[in-house]
Amino acid sequence: MSNSDEKLSFISAIGRGIIAFLEVLGCYVVFAYRALSGLWRHTWSLRDLVEQLEKVGVGSVIMVSITSAFTGMVMAVQTLDQFLRFGAGDYIGGVIALSLIREMSPVLTGLVVAGRVGASMAAEIGTMRVTEQLDALKAFGLNDEVFVGAPRIVSSMIMLPVLTIYSFVVGIGGGYLYVVAHGVHQSTFRRSIEVLVDPYDVYGGLLKALVFGLIIATVACSEGFRAGNGAKGVGEATTRAVVWGDMLILTFNYFLSTFLFGGGG
Amino acid sequence: MRVSEAFKRFDDHQVLKGVSFALAAGEAMALMGPSGCGKTTVLRLVLRLVDIEDGEVHLFGRNVAEADEEELIELRRRIGVVFQGGALFDSMSVGDNVAFPLYYCLGVKDRKAVSERVEEILTAVGLEGAERLLPAELSGGMRKRVAIARALVYRPQLLLLDEPSTGLDPITARLIDELVLKLKETFNVGVLMVTHDIVSALGVSDKISLMDEGRIVWAGTPLEWHESQDPNVLRFASGLRAVRRGERIEP
Repeated sequence: MSNSDEKLSFISAIGRGIIAFLEVLGCYVVFAYRALSGLWRHTWSLRDLVEQLEKVGVGSVIMVSITSAFTGMVMAVQTLDQFLRFGAGDYIGGVIALSLIREMSPVLTGLVVAGRVGASMAAEIGTMRVTEQLDALKAFGLNDEVFVGAPRIVSSMIMLPVLTIYSFVVGIGGGYLYVVAHGVHQSTFRRSIEVLVDPYDVYGGLLKALVFGLIIATVACSEGFRAGNGAKGVGEATTRAVVWGDMLILTFNYFLSTFLFGGGG
Repeated sequence: MRVSEAFKRFDDHQVLKGVSFALAAGEAMALMGPSGCGKTTVLRLVLRLVDIEDGEVHLFGRNVAEADEEELIELRRRIGVVFQGGALFDSMSVGDNVAFPLYYCLGVKDRKAVSERVEEILTAVGLEGAERLLPAELSGGMRKRVAIARALVYRPQLLLLDEPSTGLDPITARLIDELVLKLKETFNVGVLMVTHDIVSALGVSDKISLMDEGRIVWAGTPLEWHESQDPNVLRFASGLRAVRRGERIEP
């Protein structure tokens, strides 16, 4: 193979990868549109929505608590010495709070929920597909994408911001315990949060959480609906749901951070 | 119901090659044939769970392929379907499974009325008192009976059964046949049953169509089936008899 052929095949491989990525992304967008636009036109179950709220929200509390508390503490461990050395100990609380509310809380909560709930949604819907339960819904004259997808997407979009606020509070608590135990006065910690954290930071973090909630449920449901036959197909759909969910959360986090907080904002 | 010259292809595999039949109101028909001959695909075409490639499916006087979303929903709600594995909703109890179409298809709000209807239909299929059981706690025959109850609870005009006796022991299979026959007579529903069980087909249906390799190769009444010398009928029937005697089946 000549040098130019190798270059061409490399470029075409990249092109194929980009097309495949856009194809998958397109599937997710179409699925989310169909599921959400059908909310007002088609029947869905309020009971299912409440169940999903419980699964996504209450079911994730322990994992979010542990992840957030230790992340807050680790951030305090990593920053406290440096800040004290440069005489900036008064700002430690605000810096930890800013990092948490803008980045760590929405992203970590998103990743935790994508791993726990996204996998479970994809497996459940995949199993419904291979056991003809989705066909049964259609046979009853229901729109299966709305009936199954909408409560999951809506519940994720509601619970992710709630969990993010919870993660922020727990993370701050973790950082606070470490910092106060190492000699910083509690009122200094609190005051620096008041000075550095703006309501806009909180809104930005919550907007990110809302988008991540949409991503997690859309990817999980869409993969469940596309699951191949048998246990293997369901397993593969579950893996794809977690992998794509995580990748899209991290990718969108960059763009949202740039949009919301970039340019010195 | 009328199916005219239905064709369907999945990738390179031509599953249906011009299937035609008609079913009058209150009539029962068995669509028989060996595994993989396209029987279930016909059921899925009737429900438009898959799109037809060529030909027409008319349900209650309307062309299914031309129905818009609202019409399709309305058509589907006049049909009860029993899927091969039952397709019961795993996370719901038997009672909730059977009540499901009442709440979500008919929009019934009166819980007491739903509960009474569920009790009535479960009694009709011989499962009184099973409301609180989960699908995972049921035997294969019980699952089929729950699926039949769920399909009939909102009084459809047409019942589609996909292999209702598959995977069941002969005694339970005959119980299911008797149940279908009884419900057909009680509720006067049309029945289209896809099966490869000759005993079921002869016992339940008013007419039989035999499919092979995507085509209907023979059609007639159960009496005509008994008397038929058609090679397709003989091959299908003798194949089963040969299996029972442990003999080889001629290709």
